[in-house]
Amino acid sequence: MLELNDIQYIVLSRAPAVTGRYEFLTFRDAAGARAWLKAISDRVPSVEQVRKSTNENQSWISVAFTWNGMRALGLGEEALATFPEEFRQGMASRAEVLGDEGDHHPAHWRGGLGSGNVHAIAILFARDSKERERCVGEHRALVGRCKGVEVLSFLDLEATPPFEYAHDHFGYRDRLSQPVVEGSGDEPTPGSGAPLKPGEFILGYPDEIGAVEAQLQPSELGRNGTYMAYRRLEEHVGRFREFLREHGKTPEGEELLAAKLMGRWRSGAPLIHRPDKDDPALGADPQKNNDFNYKKEDPLGYAVPLGSHVRRMNPRDTAANMNRRRMIRRGGTYGPALPEGAPDDGVERGIAAFVICASLVRQFEFAQNVWVNDRNFHELGNERDPFVGAHDGTFEYKIPKRPVRKTIKGLPAFTTCRGGEYFFLPGLKALLYLAEVGG
Amino acid sequence: MSDAKRKEDWSKPAAMAIPKGGYVGKPQQGRYGPIFPKTPACYGFSIMAKIIAGREPVFHEYARKIEAAVAADPHCLAILKLHYLRWVLFDIGGATYFMYQGIFDTDFDKYTEDAVSLFAATGIDTVFENLEGFPKDWKTNAPAFVKFVREHQQPSFLEYGEYPYVSADEIKKALALKASFSTMLDQMQ
Repeated sequence: MLELNDIQYIVLSRAPAVTGRYEFLTFRDAAGARAWLKAISDRVPSVEQVRKSTNENQSWISVAFTWNGMRALGLGEEALATFPEEFRQGMASRAEVLGDEGDHHPAHWRGGLGSGNVHAIAILFARDSKERERCVGEHRALVGRCKGVEVLSFLDLEATPPFEYAHDHFGYRDRLSQPVVEGSGDEPTPGSGAPLKPGEFILGYPDEIGAVEAQLQPSELGRNGTYMAYRRLEEHVGRFREFLREHGKTPEGEELLAAKLMGRWRSGAPLIHRPDKDDPALGADPQKNNDFNYKKEDPLGYAVPLGSHVRRMNPRDTAANMNRRRMIRRGGTYGPALPEGAPDDGVERGIAAFVICASLVRQFEFAQNVWVNDRNFHELGNERDPFVGAHDGTFEYKIPKRPVRKTIKGLPAFTTCRGGEYFFLPGLKALLYLAEVGG
Repeated sequence: MSDAKRKEDWSKPAAMAIPKGGYVGKPQQGRYGPIFPKTPACYGFSIMAKIIAGREPVFHEYARKIEAAVAADPHCLAILKLHYLRWVLFDIGGATYFMYQGIFDTDFDKYTEDAVSLFAATGIDTVFENLEGFPKDWKTNAPAFVKFVREHQQPSFLEYGEYPYVSADEIKKALALKASFSTMLDQMQ
């Protein structure tokens, strides 16, 4: 039975927000850090609380820590040693595994991310910017009262227009394929697979092979928490549009090329169902827009190229043990939208997202290492994920087509990783435990 | 053509001398540690370990089990991206040792969890359980499995490929193409 009153809401719910802010904190005094945590814990809702009161709430807060952060809070070495290796090392140390090289390397990351000084994150989602400013004011006042707690950096989230549905700066509809956790009460949409065992996403529960992931000690920490991989990806919108113009030739050709890179039309309509022409109504229909497989429908990638983003990030029936590789995504877009037709303005804009999973090495790192950056995934030879792969202009992209496939050489980097961290998102009781630890 | 592509020319047989320790230069980091290099004989491992005394019959029984499992489902090991596997038992000073040598197409730890799941899901009792020091919780503890494998891996100091760097999938595609051409020529008669 899932303890919905102890799991932070963000794991299983999505706030109806159009703005938000991530505040990255550093702790220079353990007692001050614990005072901050004790005070903010009251504002962190559980899944159950959010479900009961979503209509009244204006803002939602989540809190998570890096490994360094828990040490800075005063958690003892014995407890710290029970966290898995990859989490202890932190995302920046795993750069080579994750493909964070060249322009994507942690040395170039922004806002102090990857420096070892990020100790905690406070994640705020708000219904509007007025509420966001109010919450930020409240939080800054709290930080000011807590000795040695400093805001290292922050990032404001902004939904991009049109606001009727979630999409990124490139214009692709988002949030189409999310796993459902057994016992959460949510129903998977057709094609999203059966609900998965909670242990794939939440610590302390059996997972898909009936095991409980390596236990954290003391036991207060190991229940109802999870891990989050944070990624701040700048989207080079001007460069992307220029690429579509160059290789797509006509407006229809540009749309088709955009769809071939993603595996879906920008409306969300799956290429596998509409290989030649977009169908926005299908893209918007959750009962139909995720209902497909590849093995029989499109084994050679004539509709959905083998290296397309959706085929890499969720190979569905063409990969082994898919249920052990699923991840929950949260987050949003940041930066101003670049109007259609406008030249690139040099302003950073992109996606700042969290990948939630019970095992960073088995789920998130596998996806990055194998699905995203393995140049030979599906025997493709010299490709990486066209959107989130680590690109330097030397990779190609192949679009199967009869009689002869189309190969685009020198695919530019459409995104650059601007930062990331591994966080531990404790359950609510564990938050209180950490607020009292060592003090 | 990238440097990697130029180097991987299947038409030129190639040999590679591998420095002591098994790595060439600074090894690339994988999820579970440094990755042994790809050689003209692709990726691979040679795991050697002492077997628990008296367990030799289990290994022969295991051989029959694997033979039957592959006969029943010829693709049951597909996710391991294999070319060849060899299992060997040999004596050192009166004790029996086991060698498990594999040639495959992905780096050392890319599909480790899949391998563990495969062994666990198919109910194939792995012979590894009869090796000294093998973690009892291997089915649910991939990192412990990887640690054992890494500790018992004996890296090559020399590897050779007659058709270097070619993957099993590429070989299978080439053979399928050859078969298709034969069929086509038959149809043209």
